[in-house]
Amino acid sequence: METLIDIVKIVTVMGILLGVVAYVVLLERRVAAAIQNRIGPNRVGWQGLLQPLADVVKLVMKEDIVPRNAHRFLHDLAPIISISIAMTTFAVIPFGDSITLFGRTIKLQIADINIGVLYILAMTSLGVYGVTLSGWSSNSKYSLLGGLRSSAQMLSYEISMGLAVIGVIMIAGSLRLDRIVEMQSGWMWNIVLQPIGFITFTVAAFAETNRHPFDLPEAEPELVGGYHTEYSGLKFGLFFLAEYSNMVVASALITTLFLGGWQIPYAAEMGLSGNLLSVLQVGAFCAKVLLLVLFFIIVRWTIPRFRYDQLMSLGWKVMLPLAILNILATGLAILLIG
Amino acid sequence: MTRPLPPIVHRKDLTFWQKLYIPEIVRGLKITITQMFRPKFTRQYPEERWVPGAAFRGRPVLVEESGVERCVACGLCSRVCPALAIEVQASESPYWKERYPVKFEINMLRCIFCGFCEEVCPEEAIIMSKEFELTFHSQEDAIFPKEKLLKSKEEMKERLDYLRANR
Repeated sequence: METLIDIVKIVTVMGILLGVVAYVVLLERRVAAAIQNRIGPNRVGWQGLLQPLADVVKLVMKEDIVPRNAHRFLHDLAPIISISIAMTTFAVIPFGDSITLFGRTIKLQIADINIGVLYILAMTSLGVYGVTLSGWSSNSKYSLLGGLRSSAQMLSYEISMGLAVIGVIMIAGSLRLDRIVEMQSGWMWNIVLQPIGFITFTVAAFAETNRHPFDLPEAEPELVGGYHTEYSGLKFGLFFLAEYSNMVVASALITTLFLGGWQIPYAAEMGLSGNLLSVLQVGAFCAKVLLLVLFFIIVRWTIPRFRYDQLMSLGWKVMLPLAILNILATGLAILLIG
Repeated sequence: MTRPLPPIVHRKDLTFWQKLYIPEIVRGLKITITQMFRPKFTRQYPEERWVPGAAFRGRPVLVEESGVERCVACGLCSRVCPALAIEVQASESPYWKERYPVKFEINMLRCIFCGFCEEVCPEEAIIMSKEFELTFHSQEDAIFPKEKLLKSKEEMKERLDYLRANR
């Protein structure tokens, strides 16, 4: 029975995640168009709502081209690594408290593991393999440079990302993500307690997901398409999907760690309880994630891309000291206030 | 002649808040978000069509006056056409004018819309219209015979007036 519930949860979450990712692509195109005073795709279906379907059909129909001297196995493997890691990271994120169905309490989280934060950091580090392997196996200078840039960038920002989370862990006293969310009830969100940690983590998340202004691995003016220059058809589609699901997962992570997860402030005072509250909490979580995704998108069309040396000096000379200072300040505050 | 160089912004000249970069990001976000609610420039093409002004050089047409084309088949347009798109064959006419074109063809795949034919025409017989949506299913379809080129004088009044005014 437990296994069945788990399978149902996995299928639902995966389905919703894939659907949301497809529509985030559409959202990005519409928002980009709006910022540039255009309308954007609005022909396929009402307001372009069937556009993702058309895109998928197009990508599937396209020819899969592999360069002559490419390493065939790794060339095929790289997008699979990228997408599966982007998807599995979501497994530990709690998207609601718990719901009671047919006399059985179901926790709204796929895998309730006691080292959730560590798991997420490990998985996002593994994500580099997809990009780096694709760059190397394509046997093209642009892809290789993109892959190398990506590995250097991810290594640099991994550290400040991990250090930024430590402040949150110190406050919560646990690596469990559901515990971290429970600690943020009311308005005691971690963004209030850890503003520097929030900023550091968000910037690092931008770098980790290869989003603008840190999208150097695929900087098109310099590297054509970056690590996915030599990809086409469905394999390119997988990279595309992985990029956007990384964005959704990063938003979900920021929500969980800093924006109170599924918490609705003063929900208990408003007299809400039971399953209704749980459903509302899931809604609140989704709303927060979507707002963050929108933020990611608007930032992409606002800030110009960093130069590579600027990226590195920001990572090592600004973000790292800031994150360490944040840990010291948090420790001091806990020691003094309790 | 060299243009004066733009002023160089040194890192030292930036204020503390500018160096912090985050307020500047917020300022940029404010600009992009306000742009989102501005009116759009996009024209929804098949539904909303653009009607060009009189100065527009669309496909060339032959002006028709009282049921007959004005053209006297002098062949100047064919002669001046840089893309060799126009073919004219003259013959004696049964009308008031002495000559008329038995065959007048414009190959729309060759036409470059330069308007030289219109400029050179002594009779104001070939002029540029407003039509710019030209699609064909075969190369043969792209060769427009006389029947397809004829447009009445009343229809082309705007362009004719424009030409008179700017001659």
